[in-house]
Amino acid sequence: MSLAHRIIPCLDTDGARVVKGVNFAGLRDAGDPVALAARYNAEGADELVVLDIAASRDRRPMFLETIRLVAAELAIPLTAGGGIRTLEDGRAVVRAGADKITVNTAAVERPQLISELSREFGAQAVVLAIDAKRCGDHWDVLVRGGRESASLDALEWARKGVSHGAGEILLTSVDRDGTQMGFDVSLTSAISLAVSVPVIASGGAKLPGHFAEIFKDGAADAALAASIFHDGIQSIRELKQFLSAQGIEVRLPC
Amino acid sequence: MKVTILDYGAGNVPSVERAFQRLGAESLRTDSAAAISQAAALLLPGVGHYSALVRALDEKQLRAPLIDAIHRGVPFLGICLGLQVLFKSSEEAGQLQGLNFLPGIVSALPSNVKLPHMGWNQLKRKCDSFLLSGIPDEVYFYFAHSFAAIEANGTAVATCSYGAEFAAVIEQRNICAVQFHPEKSGDAGARVLENFLRMAA
Repeated sequence: MSLAHRIIPCLDTDGARVVKGVNFAGLRDAGDPVALAARYNAEGADELVVLDIAASRDRRPMFLETIRLVAAELAIPLTAGGGIRTLEDGRAVVRAGADKITVNTAAVERPQLISELSREFGAQAVVLAIDAKRCGDHWDVLVRGGRESASLDALEWARKGVSHGAGEILLTSVDRDGTQMGFDVSLTSAISLAVSVPVIASGGAKLPGHFAEIFKDGAADAALAASIFHDGIQSIRELKQFLSAQGIEVRLPC
Repeated sequence: MKVTILDYGAGNVPSVERAFQRLGAESLRTDSAAAISQAAALLLPGVGHYSALVRALDEKQLRAPLIDAIHRGVPFLGICLGLQVLFKSSEEAGQLQGLNFLPGIVSALPSNVKLPHMGWNQLKRKCDSFLLSGIPDEVYFYFAHSFAAIEANGTAVATCSYGAEFAAVIEQRNICAVQFHPEKSGDAGARVLENFLRMAA
């Protein structure tokens, strides 16, 4: 009996539709967020993440409506983010039905944002998203959707984010994202051992073995993927059965 | 049977409401003392900081009507912080008084495990439970907390272990409470809410 490793599908949206693409310019429509949310809820997903990757001000009302519609489908926790810059932005997504808020670029620019959200909603509701890229002997933090270096060491930023009140880290390997070569084990284990909060590994998943590896060797508490679930390359139910057979504790759907 | 949900400004009230809607049950969210006094069944949701809940109960003058209702035998279900506030106090905000229905204090989970305790975990059944009736033993429930009723785990009908063994399900007369989030725990969580409705009816 112990805490189950979580499998988390992620919906990247342009506000109203799920989009995907190996680079920002090549986005294509990948479906209706509400239909996907209902499917993942039924398939045994442990949580769902919805990100507004466009994060533009004029599309914000559409994104909030998407959160409302998605939340209505779920009997599992919902994390939402993308473009959260202020406490008021955080309140809006929580009011729309999110249980947790992710922050990224704005938290790098103003770490107090983490403390403000944590004080209001509790640490369990604040997820610090870190996009990390290998740079010599360390990992550099990238911001603005992975387009710009923040000139921060990822390990140091993770520790600082936790000390400001983040209750979880959503760690994306920019090197692996979109490659389907597997999660970044060395990055994930380094961050997971450096902080006292759960770490969600993201970027590079394709095969069931990639998930087994990130839980066994990468010390990940949860693993996130998007397109392999949307496109039906990997079913959550079968993935969990595979992991369970490998002796990895997961919540098997009834 | 209408469930009155205490909406004190924090906590994830909408998801609790939606969970009852899915069960076809009526619910009413309120922060009015009068509505609490007239409630047929009461639900106190909560997530976040202990002090936010206790301060809101006092600022909105809901403490006395809530205590009266529970004393009168109105079926009560506390979720997460709604369980923790039933005790005398919590280490999370030592100067604040809880509702003091249950002896003991709420304490921090040990720091040798990752905190918050976040995700799906299993329960250990201690005795017959009506909230868990019809739910297989191995089922997982969703937890998101860093403090827990560790000292009082002996009075629980089911416990959970994460760093320490703590009270996960409490049933004493009309007082029910769960440390996990039934509104976020899939079908098993829905069954817990359904069992509460049946007990309250």
